[in-house]
Amino acid sequence: MLAGSTHTNLPARKIKAKIYAGVFIFSTLVGIVVLATLLVRILATGLGNLDWSFISSYPSRIPERAGILSALMGTLWVMGFTFLLSVPIGVGTALYLEQYAPKNRLTDIVQTNISNLAGVPSIVYGILGLTIFVRWFALDRSVLAGAMTMTLLILPITIVASREAIRAVPRSLEEASYALGATKWQTIRSVIMPYAMPGMLTGIILSMSRAIGETAPLIMIGALTYVAFVPGSAGLAQAPLDPFTALPIQIFNWSSRPQAGFQDLAATAIIVLLVVLLVMNGMAVLLRDRFQRKAQD
Amino acid sequence: MANPRRPASGSLAGHRPLSRRRGRGPLGDRVMPKLLLLCALVSVFTTVGIVVSLSTEAFGFFREVSLAEFFGSGRWAPLIKPQAFGIWPLLAGTMLITAIAAAVALPFGLATAIFLSEYAPSPLRRVLKPVLEVLAGIPTVVYGFFALTFVTPHIIRNLPGPFQDANVFNALSAGLVVGIMIIPMVASLSEDAMLAVPRSLRDAAYALGATRLEVATRVVVPAALSGIVASFVLAISRAIGETMIVTLAAGATPSLTANPLESIQTMTAYIVQVSQGETPFGTIEYKTIFAVGMMLFIITLAMNVVGQWIVRRFRETY
Repeated sequence: MLAGSTHTNLPARKIKAKIYAGVFIFSTLVGIVVLATLLVRILATGLGNLDWSFISSYPSRIPERAGILSALMGTLWVMGFTFLLSVPIGVGTALYLEQYAPKNRLTDIVQTNISNLAGVPSIVYGILGLTIFVRWFALDRSVLAGAMTMTLLILPITIVASREAIRAVPRSLEEASYALGATKWQTIRSVIMPYAMPGMLTGIILSMSRAIGETAPLIMIGALTYVAFVPGSAGLAQAPLDPFTALPIQIFNWSSRPQAGFQDLAATAIIVLLVVLLVMNGMAVLLRDRFQRKAQD
Repeated sequence: MANPRRPASGSLAGHRPLSRRRGRGPLGDRVMPKLLLLCALVSVFTTVGIVVSLSTEAFGFFREVSLAEFFGSGRWAPLIKPQAFGIWPLLAGTMLITAIAAAVALPFGLATAIFLSEYAPSPLRRVLKPVLEVLAGIPTVVYGFFALTFVTPHIIRNLPGPFQDANVFNALSAGLVVGIMIIPMVASLSEDAMLAVPRSLRDAAYALGATRLEVATRVVVPAALSGIVASFVLAISRAIGETMIVTLAAGATPSLTANPLESIQTMTAYIVQVSQGETPFGTIEYKTIFAVGMMLFIITLAMNVVGQWIVRRFRETY
């Protein structure tokens, strides 16, 4: 295995091994250093503008007056509906594949299909949303069209996460339920679902934290860049069909302007986006902890 | 475990045999499997939807522009007169970005994986893994902002020689940042493959007097090669489909150049450019995004299929 001249010169091999250990450590640090630089840079540029009026104001042509109210609310509305749509579809698919799916061609197709969907670029989902939801379903550039597109985009991740949660249910609980005479659906509803739900929710929240920063699909379906109202301002029932903008869109818009004033605002909006991401991940971790404690009982 | 539908009862006398209860079982057991199958079919419909939405408009495009021009012409200018519809400048832009990104992500990602799996003590691993996850979770629009406002002006233009004259939008900055973005993907998929290599192989090599480096590069990496190659293929596919970094930092100039300091345009950035503009639906200009989207979809799908095939075909089972 260690053929060649290498096995003869032990000191040289040991030195070489030491040098390469350094190379591996250095390589690992590259990613971490870039991450640190990015965060420091964004905080340094953006923190100055961060105050309550930035959060509570609408976008403006004048950088000093501009804020992210419509973008933040748009993001929350889209993500809210994405959650409502992702839970039944993601959990339903996972339950089907784990509990019902027979070993046949259709199941194979569904499984291969899900892993292929995971690799489709997000902008292609944008084209799908534009054609099917915006035009064919005539939902226009609405919150609902955005949420449906995002739901499909994160579907592969929500399904994988939900399946893992279902597989974590102890087989003994399931068998106990069958032994008591429960049917399959009764077992799923009363034993598997309550046990797996926190895990599934954790996975869905984590996959939504993927969606929240997605920009390209929202640009494709025509999320607006300048919106001076929040969804639901003409009546809450109207909100799903209202046009919207979103945080990443606002960041993109401000970043691509040449004036330094707007680029600083982009950094401030990025801070808000990262905080929202942090909150979502925190929620997921809390849920997971509760889940684990419950599992130990 | 409480079951409200079937109150506990002391005797079974009142119950009919389970299998014959109304011949079909409770409502949930008749309806739910079908409902859940419907959920599972959503993902199939998604694929069908992608193919249909891309191909209907793309066919319209190819009715007006011949395949010979699409693949034969070296100029891409659908938005200015005289129009030209040669895909090569966009493909070249995408390939340039992907090559730069791969040059960053493959060596650094693999080295990170080797460090995590073969060198790092487990407390350090427990710190490093979440940091890499954060790196992977940063939205791409944020990376794009970073490439445009930091990497180009403060890094590339501070380098000596030709770098100082780099365009505000250039392939190098975008490519480097795309590369950084996919490091975690290469690292974590490769590390998974290396962790699957059994301890006994490593022990055998150590017993023969191998150094840690020799164990890593001559035993573990070859044994995990299929997983490592698959991680490369999947990460490159991710780089090809990456949109916001290149839209913000690489420019909007379709050109057949290999100079990374010039402004270029990728397939993805072109799609964004058109959909942001005022191009009316149904025009040939508008249909270009579906033709380009189709190209993008086919290329990335092919790479993903290849990646998964490598994993299945060459996986060493121990």
